[in-house]
Amino acid sequence: MQLDHLPLNQIAVIRAIDWESLPDQEGHRLRSLGFEPGVTIEALHKGILMWRDPLAVRVGRMTVALRSNVAAAIDCTLPA
Amino acid sequence: MTQMPPLVALVGNPNAGKSALFNALTGARQKIANYPGVTVERKSGRAAFADGRPVEMIDLPGAYSLDPDSLDEAVTRDVVLGKLEGHRRPDALLIVLDAGNLDNHLRFALELIAQGLPTVVALNMIDLAERDGLRLDVQILARALGVPVIETVAVRRRGLEPLMTALDQALNYPRPVTEPVAASFGAQNQRARDIARSAIISETTGRQWTRRLDAVLLHPVGGVVILLGLLFLMFQAVYGWSEAPIGWIESGFALLSDGIKNVLPDGLLRSFLTDGVIAGVGSVIVFLPQILILFLFILLLEASGYMTRAAFVMDRLMAAVGLSGHSFIPLLSSFACAIPGIMATRTIMDQKERLATILIAPLMTCSARLPVYTVIIGAFIPASSVGPGIGLQGLVLFGLYIAGILGAMLAAAVIQRFVTQSRTSSFLIEMPRYQWPRPGDIAINLWQRAWVFLRRAGTIIFAATIILWALLSFPKAPEGSNVSQVEYSVAGRIADGLEPIVRPIGFNHDIALALIPAMAAREVAVSALATVYAIDAADEDAAATSLGPKLAADWSLATALAFLAWFVFAPQCISTIAVTRRETNGWKWPIFMVSYLFALAYAAAGITYWTARSFGL
Repeated sequence: MQLDHLPLNQIAVIRAIDWESLPDQEGHRLRSLGFEPGVTIEALHKGILMWRDPLAVRVGRMTVALRSNVAAAIDCTLPA
Repeated sequence: MTQMPPLVALVGNPNAGKSALFNALTGARQKIANYPGVTVERKSGRAAFADGRPVEMIDLPGAYSLDPDSLDEAVTRDVVLGKLEGHRRPDALLIVLDAGNLDNHLRFALELIAQGLPTVVALNMIDLAERDGLRLDVQILARALGVPVIETVAVRRRGLEPLMTALDQALNYPRPVTEPVAASFGAQNQRARDIARSAIISETTGRQWTRRLDAVLLHPVGGVVILLGLLFLMFQAVYGWSEAPIGWIESGFALLSDGIKNVLPDGLLRSFLTDGVIAGVGSVIVFLPQILILFLFILLLEASGYMTRAAFVMDRLMAAVGLSGHSFIPLLSSFACAIPGIMATRTIMDQKERLATILIAPLMTCSARLPVYTVIIGAFIPASSVGPGIGLQGLVLFGLYIAGILGAMLAAAVIQRFVTQSRTSSFLIEMPRYQWPRPGDIAINLWQRAWVFLRRAGTIIFAATIILWALLSFPKAPEGSNVSQVEYSVAGRIADGLEPIVRPIGFNHDIALALIPAMAAREVAVSALATVYAIDAADEDAAATSLGPKLAADWSLATALAFLAWFVFAPQCISTIAVTRRETNGWKWPIFMVSYLFALAYAAAGITYWTARSFGL
């Protein structure tokens, strides 16, 4: 399931990140913020009014805000 | 033999509490300058080892890696690697880690440790980590990293002594070279996470204050209401709280002026001091309280961790004009002053977005416009009420702020579409945990801002005022002539040349005169008008009355409104132009900025003037 479709407060694990689909800079920043396959992730909040974008997610012990087009490149699996 | 004290660089991720630790170690003895060749602010200060030997500390910009995404990060890399020309390489690194965020911060620490410099790790904000239910084993961490690890709570000054001792030892006994850092980012991240996991003794979910607060502050509807409320409170405070201190400053300068008049005989020196220096510089220093209140709010928003939440809330709206939440923070700072605002754009990763933000930053109504707005509104807009608790004067002022914001949004959309031709903007940012801002840190920052402003008032504005006074006072109009002193002076003659250009937009001779020195800083327009009328005043009593009534008598309402419209857009401040040149590495963009803003200002003033005239004002 892609991160932008992950229900709020649902803990998941990053399975794969489609680095190719991301602009270099965003991929690089995503990596330096600690986004890697195998890391635990959780969607916490969605943006304002009708847009519900950007997203606030917990990655490791950190909260990161990102837009849903970037979140769409992050594939997650729900723990069994 | 004198020896340079060792140089220790504080380095770490953003939000690790680096600056708080730097403040705790160096106290108020800090120097702010720029790194050679770049405009990134270099904060340095002195600390001392237990036996009193001095050590120089620098606070490097926060970074996520030595492979930079932004200008700030590039400086950090260059200093750490000793590649920044004209800057000595640090003798040791003090890595600041957020104890509550080890999984994400250790990777950068590993990269730094691998550089081989003497290194000490400060495991900072250990109290917050414990509050959140995390217990760590420092010994395990130190062994895994191969360098000393000291627990610190910078804001409570905890762990500072052991930290200095460890630094002293690290400098004296270089550690053996440790294993090279893993090649790939992924492998580094993996190793970082393994170390973090091994160092965690226990973790419970804790109280999760940040998450609970975010549920309110990032609420899809509530979050917007709260942000707007905060901004409203901020601007309310800028006017409400500043009234009394402004009164004190005004009376202080009035006393000083009277004192000089009692001591000195009427003449050139007295005119220079009272009409030139005090009228000019005094009319600007009066705005120090408002500027400090604005900065206080911005510093509090930043230190508490709320600023990135505001960016989150605003992101979608900013995206509509091709910007992102990243731009919101520099633009908000620009309400205080465009210069720190433009410098704050360095954290924007996307270079096109950064450029667009720089170009529109001068449209945010900076505090230097306040003097102009306040004087003109006070003189021309009746203090009547248009509704319960809403005054007409306040409404006009609010309208001017809105005009600036709308102008900026429009300009951003056009610039991103046609000038930078940016396809997309991006928003990707760490949201730090909330914490109480420490009064000491806020005070140091506020003092630094006040000092920068006073230095400006004491140099640029002082010089501009004196030059203007001289241009207005010489040559002396012949005794008994019916030409006024101002008309006869050098400045009057320059203004004669400028007047035909600004006449179509309703500006008179005095405004043409005030526009020239206002290039130095917008607020000088007010002091320039004050000086013009002070010098022109036939007798002492007329000079003593304030500027407002004189303007109301001399100008039409249409002219006053056009003057306000001009200042919404005019790029008048040489410092802003200079900082734009530095930040964009050339003259191309500042020239573009100045041209488009002058064109907007001219058009806006013209439209305002002729519209007002057609209504018979």
